[in-house]
Amino acid sequence: MGRYVIRRLLQMIPVFIGATLLIFLMVNVMGDPIAGLCGDRQCDPATAAQLEKEFGLDKPVWQQYLTYMGNVFTGDFGTAFNGQPVTELMATAFPVTIRLTIIAIVFEIVIGITLGVVTGLRRGRPVDSGVLLVTLVVISVPTFVTGLLLQLLLGVKWGWIKPSVSSDATFGELIVPGLVLASVSLAYVTRLTRTSIAENKRSDYVRTAIAKGLPRRRVVTRHLLRNSLIPVVTFIGTDIGALMGGAIVTERIFNIHGVGFQLYQGILRQNTQTVVGFVTVLVLVFLVANLLVDLLYAVLDPRIRYA
Amino acid sequence: MRGATHAKWAACAAAVALVATACGGGGDSGGDSGAVLSSSWGDPQNPLEPANTNEVQGGKVLDMIFRSLKKYNPETGEAEDMLAEKIETSDSQNFTITVKDGWTFSNGEKVTAKSFVDAWNYGASLKNNQKNAYFFGYIEGYDKTHPEDGGKQTADTLSGLKVVDDRTFTVKLSQKFSTFPDTLGYPAYAPLPQAFFTDHAGWLSKPIGNGPYAVDSYAKGSQMSLRKWEDYPGDDAAENGGVDLKVYTDNNTAYTDLLAGNLDLVDDVPAAQLKNVKNDLGDRYLNTPAGIIQTLAFPFYDENWNKSGSDKVRTGLSRAIDREQITETIFQKTRTPATDWTSPVLGEDGGFKEGLCGDACDYDPAEAKKLIQEGGGLPGGQVKITYNADTGSHKQWVDAVCNSINNALGNDKACVGNPVGTFADFRSQIGDQKMSGPFRAGWQMDYPLIQNFLQPLYYTNASSNDGKWSNKEFDDLVDEANAETDTAKAVETFQQAEEVLRDNMGAIPLWYQNGSAGYSDRLSNVKLNPFSVPVYNEIKVS
Repeated sequence: MGRYVIRRLLQMIPVFIGATLLIFLMVNVMGDPIAGLCGDRQCDPATAAQLEKEFGLDKPVWQQYLTYMGNVFTGDFGTAFNGQPVTELMATAFPVTIRLTIIAIVFEIVIGITLGVVTGLRRGRPVDSGVLLVTLVVISVPTFVTGLLLQLLLGVKWGWIKPSVSSDATFGELIVPGLVLASVSLAYVTRLTRTSIAENKRSDYVRTAIAKGLPRRRVVTRHLLRNSLIPVVTFIGTDIGALMGGAIVTERIFNIHGVGFQLYQGILRQNTQTVVGFVTVLVLVFLVANLLVDLLYAVLDPRIRYA
Repeated sequence: MRGATHAKWAACAAAVALVATACGGGGDSGGDSGAVLSSSWGDPQNPLEPANTNEVQGGKVLDMIFRSLKKYNPETGEAEDMLAEKIETSDSQNFTITVKDGWTFSNGEKVTAKSFVDAWNYGASLKNNQKNAYFFGYIEGYDKTHPEDGGKQTADTLSGLKVVDDRTFTVKLSQKFSTFPDTLGYPAYAPLPQAFFTDHAGWLSKPIGNGPYAVDSYAKGSQMSLRKWEDYPGDDAAENGGVDLKVYTDNNTAYTDLLAGNLDLVDDVPAAQLKNVKNDLGDRYLNTPAGIIQTLAFPFYDENWNKSGSDKVRTGLSRAIDREQITETIFQKTRTPATDWTSPVLGEDGGFKEGLCGDACDYDPAEAKKLIQEGGGLPGGQVKITYNADTGSHKQWVDAVCNSINNALGNDKACVGNPVGTFADFRSQIGDQKMSGPFRAGWQMDYPLIQNFLQPLYYTNASSNDGKWSNKEFDDLVDEANAETDTAKAVETFQQAEEVLRDNMGAIPLWYQNGSAGYSDRLSNVKLNPFSVPVYNEIKVS
């Protein structure tokens, strides 16, 4: 187990370097960021040169990358164009997005798995067809439509919630955005769980458990569900990264000042430091989440062992 | 919802603490001088220093927390004395400025001549990276503090600025510039307290100024709370308790918040909502002229656009654009077809002259076709209009302009749009002189003077002359106008220069842009100034 974890951690290094390098190059390809700082006019050349020097943009790209990575390892993610250190931006943005992600994941787990189990056990019944139909609708409607619709209905028409989230972004305010963010994944979780449960329902170990005379609840939760959750856990694990980085649309609709907001603004302003910094952290989150998922397999299925 | 009720109680508590008014009832009339309004905001792109802020969002804040020597009248745009007691000159080159007595910053420090001189020196010094440094370019010694050619900075202070006594300082310009005093209302010329220099980081996290509002708290990237400064010495004190500026990433969300009563003022109505805004808000919607003009500039560094006959092609293109129809259908009349190169906010006396463009801006497809043929046809048989696609719904109007040109010329491929992904990339391509055809050019005035609409944009090698248009006659007329001490004559000379610009069609004027805003029924007396910024200090909250 320990060796496996170490091997996985070592594998992360090339992935990490490759991902950051790619992002770094991509942002660089977009052109000269200084030109966008002076509005609809030419920056005066002296100030532009001075700024380029300050942000290290006058050096060749490979050198910029090396300096940047060197700084990252000492915890210095650079400075955004508005003079704020990127770490400060992260300190304000990540807690918000993490709260949003937690809410989304909780929705996925609670609603998604419950619906999955219910429909999986009652295959072909009206409940099953109904939920299937609803998930189909949810999957096919883009997030921004669901988001805007809920915002308009709940926020403006019925006045149940505020249409936008305040700068504190408390858990209470994030429930609706979290639901919107989770909606598509939630539908997938439901379908995955359903299929998996329906398949395992007919397997030998379930029949054995029933034959042993175990109560139905115990058969479902301990035997059936535990084994059926493996694909679902994989999906949710990879979804954590996707939710954190992919919240741009939801965050824009509800005016949440999280990671998506910073990334969007960073890209518009071609702020290499912000974009690469945030993406680097997201890459790390993704890698760690994946590792945890793999370790969870062993917990769920005793047959899986890591040497 | 839980969060909502909390916020409401907090707001009530704050209001009670401020003026001890009861909560929930709401004033009946006249306005409550203690109530706070909320307004939409965008995250300022640059640090909030006066000489480093060159866009509206940061400018909004500076407008509230600073008062300069002059202030532009929110209605007429005229420069009026604010902190200046008098500005005297005999030769349009040497100015003696006297600062009014009794002004302080909100931390109690006196505003003196030194507050101005230190601030201007800071702005002009290359090492401080101030993006508005060029505003000090007319002052003697600028070439030493801000060498343009990338040479080494040899002085920290402008030799043209001298403090005479506590309230007087002199300014020596490197050339004659008769309207210089009228430029002094621009935020870059604001005075700065000593705290700005001694504790710069502290100042940036909570700016201190001398305007009607003081910054109460500032959470970068999300919200700034400004409160009325009770001891404000000026005559334009705030008529409300304060303003909460909330950062919105998407102006659609801000608009939705306004409809839901979660926000009081939106100063940027999204293009997609223009059709509904009358229905949604009725007379709580403002659509007033602002000092912004949109044009199409040409790459004069490209031979194809700068040969004999090119002026006919350019005029032809101008005449092929149906401005009336585009402003009506795409912009829902939030823009007005342009008939000169300035803006209606200048007023007739300020140099705006309706119809100066004459025939050259009239839509006439037949004439357009003829002119372009006479001029040798379109270079390469096609024009590509370059624009940035990330902001401002530029794609829609560029496509409409192209449609109009295509229809006029009877050729489906005469004009196409050429989108560039980001604004920064668009600007850097312009800077590298990579344009191969007309491109979007917009100008938001710095100060309401005809000079500001002409010189920075069309004077040879001027700071914003992106197309590198150059014309000796035009330059001479601008120089002459700047040296003219009589304002009316100066304006007339500037208009002559503008006629030269017209005859060469140095840039195609498209339309004047209006400022738009919507507000909740709690507010009254909401106005936009000529810079399309709400006049916050005059807003009454009930």
